Amino acid sequence: MTQWIDICAADDVEMEDLIEVTHDGQSYAIYRSPEDAFYATAAHCTHEYVSLADGLVMDHIIECPMHNGRFDYRTGEAKGAPVCVNLKTYPVQRQGDRILLGLGD
Amino acid sequence: MVHSSWKDYSLSGPSKGAAVITDDQIETRVVQSWFVAKVDRKALKGLMKRSDRPAMLNYGLWIGLIAVTGVATLATWGTGWGWVWLVIYSAIHQSATARQHELAHGTPFRTRWINELFFHFSSFITLSEGHYYRWRHSRHHTDTIIVGRDPEIQSPRPPEILSLLINLFNLKTVLVTLRDFVARARGDLGPGAHFVPDSEGPKVINAARMYLLAIILILLACVALASPLPLLLTIGPRVIGAPLYAVLHFTQHAGLNEDVYDHRLNSRTILMNPVLRFLYGNMNYHIEHHMFPMVPYHRLPELHEMIKDQCPTPKNGLLDAYREIVPILLRQVKDPSYHIQPVLPQDRLAAE
Repeated sequence: MTQWIDICAADDVEMEDLIEVTHDGQSYAIYRSPEDAFYATAAHCTHEYVSLADGLVMDHIIECPMHNGRFDYRTGEAKGAPVCVNLKTYPVQRQGDRILLGLGD
Repeated sequence: MVHSSWKDYSLSGPSKGAAVITDDQIETRVVQSWFVAKVDRKALKGLMKRSDRPAMLNYGLWIGLIAVTGVATLATWGTGWGWVWLVIYSAIHQSATARQHELAHGTPFRTRWINELFFHFSSFITLSEGHYYRWRHSRHHTDTIIVGRDPEIQSPRPPEILSLLINLFNLKTVLVTLRDFVARARGDLGPGAHFVPDSEGPKVINAARMYLLAIILILLACVALASPLPLLLTIGPRVIGAPLYAVLHFTQHAGLNEDVYDHRLNSRTILMNPVLRFLYGNMNYHIEHHMFPMVPYHRLPELHEMIKDQCPTPKNGLLDAYREIVPILLRQVKDPSYHIQPVLPQDRLAAE
């Protein structure tokens, strides 16, 4: 059963950018795409566990700020060296100006 | 001898034990331990933004210069001028060493396939296979000058001065590279086993085989044409054009501290003229590059201005840098523990 957590305001995340949020001791990355859609993934790169929060969002790609590991943040797909393991993704809903993160499945 | 008990720089040496760490420890080391200068997040994101245009102009000029000097070499070959043009051609050609590095970070071009095209081109003409290099260099950024972890420490202590001088022309590097290609082509990753994931091993092995095949084809072309030019114009510059880049690259970390999680203490920024910065891809801003590796080369001067008040005073040109480096290296021959301790801003303030 998915539990929806009110995680941040929509305006907390700039267009084509991300923020890191924490809930219950776990970190998540919340993205806002160029089409104004919201997505969520695990907050750390699967390569060397660097926080993605200071990474670069280009279109639908998040690049790790340290080694250029690249993921499609919509699917979590690792896009090649130096990342080989996909990023975990989470469902997101927008309700008004709030962003809800789906946890528990 | 002081240095008989100094550190083991090999990745398989005793220091490796300290480097086998859990995911939690990686997070602690990578995220929390490295010093990061305070920068406005929005300004930093602005610097990180990608654009094809600056790199198109820069790389277009580079390819153009290679073409012009290559044609000049061919046109004058057989005369003394042929060798003069070959040296100039090779020096420009081997700008690829700096370019391969930046392209490995994926930052010069916004369009990925153009970035990868230039990356593998630069990798081949520097005989530094791209897949292997990318993994090795990732480790260098995770563990910059951490003994037993960093596979790119250029000057292990005590420095071997004769070996460094011989390698001004990459003579040692090229021999080791060829030996490693043969080993990798046979499935032995050598030190790469410590930083290339198992799943990526086949790519590295296949690439080594392709490199060896290409080298054999170049040599066969020399035989067929009864001329050394196919070799001299393709991978020969790796030796002929090497000294300029050896002198530039060596300044990045030489004589500075080891095993410290602060790039201001293990890396060096040098102010340089525009010609050298063009050839060197702005890697003279080396502290800035290590602190924020996703900032493209052409934005590093701006990043330098933003954080210079949090960094040591940069060296004013290559001569200034070597005035610092050479005496330290000579002293390290007898005392490997000796190193430069750059003056950090807080130390400057305290002294005032």
